Amino acid sequence: MSNKSSRNRKTKFWKSGDPFVWLTGVALMFCLLMIAGLLYLIAAKGLAFFWPSSVAEVQLKDGKKLLGEITGHEKVKAYNVDDGDIHRTQLKIGNRDLYGLDFRWINDDQIEEKTYPEYSVVLERREWGNMYGFIKQITESGSVICTGNQDCWPVLESLIPKFSKIHDEIKSIEKGEIGGINREIENLRLDIRGLKMKGGDQSEQISKLQAKIDEQQAIYKEKEQKLKVLYTKFDRDKITMTSVDGRDKEMPVGNIVRAYRPNAMSWFAKASLYLSKVWEFVSTDPREANTEGGVFPAIFGTIMMVLIMSIVVLPFGVLAALYLREYAKQGTLVRLVRICVNNLAGVPSIVFGVFAVGFFIYGLGSAIDSVFYKEALPNPTFGTGGILWASLTLALLTVPVVIVATEEGLAAVPKEIRDGSLALGATKFETTWKIVIPSAMPAILTGLILAIARATGEVAPLMITGVVKLAPQLPIDGYFPYIHLERKFMHLGFHIYDVGFQSPNVEAAKPMVFTTALLLILIVIVLNLTAIIVRNRLKKKYTTSAV
Amino acid sequence: MAIENVKETSENTVPERIKVHGDPKSSKFNVPDPIVEVNGVNLYYGEKQALKDIYMDIPKNKATAFIGPSGCGKSTLLRCFNRLNDLVDSARVEGEIIIDGEDIQHPSIDITELRKNVGMVFQKSNPFPKSIYENVAYGARIAGESRKSVLDEVVEKSLKGAALWDEVHDRLQDSALGLSGGQMQRLCIARAIAVEPDVLLMDEPCSALDPIATGKIEDLIAELKDNYTIVIVTHNMQQASRVSDYTAFMYLGEIIEYDTTETIFLNPKHKQTEDYVSGKFG
Repeated sequence: MSNKSSRNRKTKFWKSGDPFVWLTGVALMFCLLMIAGLLYLIAAKGLAFFWPSSVAEVQLKDGKKLLGEITGHEKVKAYNVDDGDIHRTQLKIGNRDLYGLDFRWINDDQIEEKTYPEYSVVLERREWGNMYGFIKQITESGSVICTGNQDCWPVLESLIPKFSKIHDEIKSIEKGEIGGINREIENLRLDIRGLKMKGGDQSEQISKLQAKIDEQQAIYKEKEQKLKVLYTKFDRDKITMTSVDGRDKEMPVGNIVRAYRPNAMSWFAKASLYLSKVWEFVSTDPREANTEGGVFPAIFGTIMMVLIMSIVVLPFGVLAALYLREYAKQGTLVRLVRICVNNLAGVPSIVFGVFAVGFFIYGLGSAIDSVFYKEALPNPTFGTGGILWASLTLALLTVPVVIVATEEGLAAVPKEIRDGSLALGATKFETTWKIVIPSAMPAILTGLILAIARATGEVAPLMITGVVKLAPQLPIDGYFPYIHLERKFMHLGFHIYDVGFQSPNVEAAKPMVFTTALLLILIVIVLNLTAIIVRNRLKKKYTTSAV
Repeated sequence: MAIENVKETSENTVPERIKVHGDPKSSKFNVPDPIVEVNGVNLYYGEKQALKDIYMDIPKNKATAFIGPSGCGKSTLLRCFNRLNDLVDSARVEGEIIIDGEDIQHPSIDITELRKNVGMVFQKSNPFPKSIYENVAYGARIAGESRKSVLDEVVEKSLKGAALWDEVHDRLQDSALGLSGGQMQRLCIARAIAVEPDVLLMDEPCSALDPIATGKIEDLIAELKDNYTIVIVTHNMQQASRVSDYTAFMYLGEIIEYDTTETIFLNPKHKQTEDYVSGKFG
């Protein structure tokens, strides 16, 4: 009797489905924990990057002194198994121009003493990375205007913004005005070349163009003069820093991006420095082979590429799905096409990249060049990687997703609605555009969300179709035709790879990897949230769609 | 048992109402002022024949009901009048259907014009997932009208004609899907009459509604009769007797009897009809 009841209880337990409900709950929790863990890791390491940490002066047992930020701590096993574990600290000592490398590992048992000198100064520089040291003196046109830490600090604080302005002016002349002149000269040269290619007697027009080139050269000389003046001004003030081991280094004040004394800063000062560094990260160009500075061009390139991709993929995907479901005669051919579309989604992205190189770049691009950009040849304009081709590659990659999602949405529109529209005298075309597609809009937007999420993360096909480590210009600027689709661009995903694994200074770059990854995740979240909000609004308003 | 009866009666009774080769008009039941004439229509779904030799006329500005058991072809015949059967690939129609003097099966006919002239209300109300205003204005917009003043007028007139204006005039921009079942069906009626058809086809419009809503729609039909020709398919015989002027009883794809409603219900000529209307089968 008891055997039967215990058996009954067991079967009841399994029949009720409770164990499987628990299983799915645990699995879901596991997934969420993994995602949360990943986000936490990236956020913690990424966000901590900008916080100004204290500068420690470390005296080693052998008398050597080191000054820098403590950036890591680890425990390693000694070579000799009998010896215990070795604890060591990583110190960012900066001063690459003095020491050759910025990071050093010190065994903890070699440390004699650790102090935090109040006047230790951290200088973020345009070249050679950070400098950790003490101010010796500041000179203006050769004559000393102050000496020592206490006197020089306020002087330095007042000089840095002035020289930043001069630096920005120099940059704007170099990039902006001189860049414009160069562009003009290049265009004129191409025009001359085009005329020459046409053949016949063009000497009159050619000499006219040549005169214009000479004009531009004259303006260029003017600008050069201006620059010379600015550069002299830039070099006027110099600062001499003393490193912790007594070596002096002189540098122009204009070379300094930011100076601060973390050991003497209050929490609020550190917080405001943190915010300004975060802002610098998202709004400025990179320095030092992408290991310092900002990632703004990468952000810009990523978003612009995603936008172009969306503009291309949405009409093609929706029209293809529309044809497959509404207009094509349902038979073997249509089923075959649908299978192919679904399989396209599984093709490795690098294959799409290779296809794009062959078809878009060497095929279409060369054709466009030979028709529209003859004069520039043999330098390719569209016959090489660029943001247009990269966006089209990703559009190809994600079009199956949009097609499938749209087809689901179209299928979910009930037949009665279509019949109702037709019964009122609408043609099938009118019914499709006025009734069916608006009803299927949430599903279409779902497809778009998935496409954006996938495309923002793909890197492999981009590497061969137009992404570069450092792009000299943004794809959008103030010169006609304003949107330059043939330009190469920077991309956050590729930036992570480049900074983390192709950088000449891996230790310096490591924290940047986390910050850039965090930024990329944030951008994807923002893009997705926007699309989701739009979709929910549509759902609430008007739809009966199931997706 | 009932089926054998059918065979007997159709052979014995005078087939003066069914078919006579050569002169269909004289065999059809005469109605005053016919607007739809059906001459010898046969409909096939692939190999299966769904309608057999239908001859009938639908009178103008009256309500005609099609009754009969499930699967007898009432809805199929109804859908012939606005050629919605074209949407079914395997459907094939033979014969002539003349509406307002034109043979609607002729290849030169503009189907969208036909459907504007012959409106339809479906069994399950199917408002578009748009606002109430946009639902009713849809037909007018399709016809090319885009001036707001004209559309406003059309919407108001149609909603009043469907006895829905008082209930929704203050929330025209709300989604049509928020209406009750009866209101949705009246909205569909308003939508259908907004294009001012001559004929209004109603395919079991009240089968999904409660008695109160049904009553409202039946009252509406009585009013609409003055301006539109109504053809209504219904399972509900009491409804057919209340609402319609003429009734056709169909069975297995044929018209068994077609006469004034009074005659069909009080004095049917065929035993089958009598059995059906008195509830003995079907």
